[in-house]
Amino acid sequence: MIGEGQADVSRTLVLDGNAVGGLLQDIFEADMTASPTMCAHCGREGHIGNLLAFTHAPGVVLRCPGCEQVVLRIVVTPDATYLDARGAVFLRLKR
Amino acid sequence: MNTARRVMQVEQTLEWQIATVAAIKRETPTVKSLTLALPARRRNRAGQHYDIRLTAEDGYQAQRSYSIASAPEQAESIELTVERLADGEVSTYLHDVLVVGDQLEVRGPIGGYFVWEAQMGGPLFLVGGGSGVVPLMAMLRHRAAVGAHIPARLLYSARSPQEVIYGAELEALQAARTGLDVVYTFTRTRPQDWTGYARRIDRQMLEEVLTPFGLAARSFICGPTLLVESVADSMVQLGVAADRIRTERFGPTGGAG
Ligand SMILES: Cc1cc2nc3c(=O)[nH]c(=O)nc-3n(C[C@H](O)[C@H](O)[C@H](O)COP(=O)(O)OP(=O)(O)OC[C@H]3O[C@@H](n4cnc5c(N)ncnc54)[C@H](O)[C@@H]3O)c2cc1C
Ligand SMILES: [Zn+2]
Repeated sequence: MIGEGQADVSRTLVLDGNAVGGLLQDIFEADMTASPTMCAHCGREGHIGNLLAFTHAPGVVLRCPGCEQVVLRIVVTPDATYLDARGAVFLRLKR
Repeated sequence: MNTARRVMQVEQTLEWQIATVAAIKRETPTVKSLTLALPARRRNRAGQHYDIRLTAEDGYQAQRSYSIASAPEQAESIELTVERLADGEVSTYLHDVLVVGDQLEVRGPIGGYFVWEAQMGGPLFLVGGGSGVVPLMAMLRHRAAVGAHIPARLLYSARSPQEVIYGAELEALQAARTGLDVVYTFTRTRPQDWTGYARRIDRQMLEEVLTPFGLAARSFICGPTLLVESVADSMVQLGVAADRIRTERFGPTGGAG
């Protein structure tokens, strides 16, 4: 888990949500980067591709570009994938 | 589930596949382009990337993303352009070890966010730092392949003229007079008679390059994370609507200054 203060130290390592499009596509079997979502902390709406991605943490952490709070956290273990979506009001899957 | 639905799902499932290196081209002293032949070449969109996965004999894996450099219209193969980082794990392998005929585990194309297609219209404002020019080149190659005359401007930051990737091709695209112009800034070494920009991209430079071109342009910024963030911030300060700006942060990758 990244503590709030550490987010700045690793600034040069920050990527866009787009960079984890492959992992998201693995989970949802669809491109999620162009899909809208809403931050549960500040209400900001945007595309998943536009979230800030921290891939050097254990697992992948996606943060809101507005308030930098965690929107999604994904941990892949040898036999399961854990998705913590508490920070997202919704995720949208195209039918 | 009906057949159409199933076909669609199959298309959306990303599978790792084994690509074969069909050609390697040196672009600059630190950059090479790899042409990969794919058993299942899916049509891609300009701006998307592939993931590459290397597996060591002991099972250790390293995975990185590389933007597609070639136009979607290029059949059969895709081209990736890789900058060698002196201390980089994957880029040094791709540069120093990989030879034509080798196999490489890849999956893609990935991403629907940092994407431009001619039908989305323009004008198109592209800002690239170092190897950040790669997905922007795919957009310009796509624009040329479909014969679009959508006004486009590329602001390209490189350390020196020797480190400009695709220099000759960009010159030819400009000379074709289809409404593309390229503005360079050199952050370390410039030619003696150079009268253009010779500093990092800053707000004043963006004001001079973007404002006359039009703040309403669709903007794509790509390169090292800190460059992308500073350019995006400056553009918002200049009055560009945040939803006109799309970014692709490459991480600490050097090459821009
Ligand atoms: C969507 C996307 C598209 C990309 N497209 C391209 C492309 O087209 N062409 C291209 O050349 N690159 C591209 N990149 C960058 C590429 O994925 C790799 O990051 C790059 O090649 C470096 O990988 P590496 O294994 O060689 O270096 P790494 O071993 O990952 O190291 C990279 C640099 O980061 C530093 N570093 C790594 N980890 C840390 C850490 N924890 N703390 C501090 N410093 C650290 C290293 O010292 C080194 O300088 C893209 C990245 C993304 C996200
Ligand atoms: Zn938020």
